Amino acid sequence: MLQFAFLLYLVSLAGYLFYLVYQKEPVHRTSIYLITAGVLVHFAAIVVMGAAMGGLPVHNLVQSLSMAALAFGGMFLFVQYKFHLKMLGLFAAIILSGTMLMVMVLPDTQVVPNDILKGFWFYCHILLVFTGDAALGLACGAGILYLLQEKGIKAKSPGFFFKRLPSLDFLDLVSHACIITGFFLLTFGLITGFVYAKAIWGRFWSWDFKEVFSLGAWLVYAVLIHLRLYSGWRGRKSAIMTIVGFAIIIFTFLGVNMFLGGHHQEFTK
Amino acid sequence: MPHIILIGVNHKTAPVELREKLSFSREETLAALKELKQHPDIKEVLIFSTCNRTEILYVSGSDSSVDDVAAFISAQKHIDVSEFASALYVLHRDAAVRHIFRVASSLDSMMVGEPQILGQVKQAYRTAVEAGASGVLLNRMMHKAFSIAKQVRKETGIGDNAVSISYAAVELANKIFSDLSAKSVLLLGAGEMAELAVEHLMSHNVKQVLVANRTFENAVTLAEKFRGQAMGFEERESALADVDIIISSTGATQYVITADQVKKAMKKRQYRTLFFIDIAVPRDIDPKINTLSNAYVYDIDDLKTIVASNIQQREQETVKAERFVAQAVVKFRKWLDSLAIVPTIKAINDKMTAIVEMECDKTLAHLDHLSEQDRAAIRRMTRAIASRAIHDPILFLRNTGTHRDDSLYLNVTRQLFNLDMPDEQ
Repeated sequence: MLQFAFLLYLVSLAGYLFYLVYQKEPVHRTSIYLITAGVLVHFAAIVVMGAAMGGLPVHNLVQSLSMAALAFGGMFLFVQYKFHLKMLGLFAAIILSGTMLMVMVLPDTQVVPNDILKGFWFYCHILLVFTGDAALGLACGAGILYLLQEKGIKAKSPGFFFKRLPSLDFLDLVSHACIITGFFLLTFGLITGFVYAKAIWGRFWSWDFKEVFSLGAWLVYAVLIHLRLYSGWRGRKSAIMTIVGFAIIIFTFLGVNMFLGGHHQEFTK
Repeated sequence: MPHIILIGVNHKTAPVELREKLSFSREETLAALKELKQHPDIKEVLIFSTCNRTEILYVSGSDSSVDDVAAFISAQKHIDVSEFASALYVLHRDAAVRHIFRVASSLDSMMVGEPQILGQVKQAYRTAVEAGASGVLLNRMMHKAFSIAKQVRKETGIGDNAVSISYAAVELANKIFSDLSAKSVLLLGAGEMAELAVEHLMSHNVKQVLVANRTFENAVTLAEKFRGQAMGFEERESALADVDIIISSTGATQYVITADQVKKAMKKRQYRTLFFIDIAVPRDIDPKINTLSNAYVYDIDDLKTIVASNIQQREQETVKAERFVAQAVVKFRKWLDSLAIVPTIKAINDKMTAIVEMECDKTLAHLDHLSEQDRAAIRRMTRAIASRAIHDPILFLRNTGTHRDDSLYLNVTRQLFNLDMPDEQ
């Protein structure tokens, strides 16, 4: 079933690439349907897996990646439905296909049943952090589109992307909306994480690397939102920050476990 | 056999003074259509008149009517035929069809790809319908023209790119701001191109137009024209904090807006985007402003470069559009040919024979006990029924009275018997 979702993501990626070049609206619509179908199949696959395991399937790296991709896909559909930012689908299809490719090729390590990976706070923590990261990823996508469009306009040579992308204002708006949403979710994700940590390890904060980097990413976005409100950090600067922020998130998600260790480690092995 | 003829003048053959003299207002068009319809040789007629062309498209029984129509124009417009004869073009049959398809698709426009022409053609057709001057052929031809124009617009990039300075500026504004109706425009100075740009922006319902001019009276006059507000030229710096698009076209020899001014204004406006369109030579807006974040400056040369590359692209797309038109002309020709009496009668016969044969085959397949002779008799009988059934309609079609519009009856017949080519449905 996961393979099928992967296939749907891949075909929709092909559709989006075709749409990027030839701008045929039916192809775009088909690509959205394909991604939607992919997300639904993916969701069903994870529900089945979760039911078999008796909990959220986020016990190893492959499962976590798969869950992250699903959260990203779901969040993308939400943003797409709300803003109809066509080219964001291309970004989403690339991320989804790439993540699912990792899910397909990485070894699915043996899962040791672990009772601490259960409970209300744990589920909330996972759900909020994953969807929050997904929204911030989409903010990064909109930010990249902004930079592409801005580059052409600033250089006075409206080129390939000029017709294909919407206005700068709109791209900035979508990016900002994603930041606010993602920040909000991430904030509660971290809080539930603290509560959960208190329940399991008896303390809210334990200088775990992942905790530190998550807080770092959270601070980047907090500063960005603040600067936008009070110093007019919008447009290009904001777009670059979304990319920096998302890079930190990706590192927090993958790099910390691979290079640094900590008590989040086991879920991403 | 009906004969489609188009005669007219356009921007390529006639200077504007002549085109003005030959143009028809809507009321004049209505009256002229009614009068032309009285002509014994003219069955259907349409007059298409814009500032760039006056054309009369009509269906006639003979070629001789061309002189009559030219004389009619001369009488209507009080202008001697000799004055416009050299500018007049007369197109027959496919050439006429092709011409009207090209006009509707904006391939014959002064600015190829400009979108208004289709609306104007539709209006001309509506007027013809209103005057009762349009019949089967023109109806079909004009609907074909509309659909080919839509196809060209949709499937070629012909209308995609702005090919005038002021349009290019508006297009840029649309890619910078998402909603122009929430944006304010400041016009510094005056000038045709700058005013055109403001007008284009106004058609996007900009929130407000401010006008500043060294001579305050001029500002007031222009502001009235744009239903905007006049302000003193010295107020321009403070206005930077509030407006979003600045179009500048003054005769100043130095920059009228400097980078320092914009830097300060940017802080005040929380770095909301500013877009400068500098149409003046020498330039009014310091080009360094373009390096500030969220500020964009386009001068006349930048806009010209964009327009030049757009025109080049448009020419490539034109080739594609011409192909669509050529295909449509061939299709229309096929339909027109089928709209003759002999092919229609043949088509009815073929259809009936096919039905009779099919039904006979079906029925006789279950009647094994019949002898070969009986089968032949049954087939003969069914064929006779069919030919008797269509005898009267065919007789009616053959009996072409002089006062009857053949194409009308033929068209009805083809529809009744569903004889048209499938791709024309």
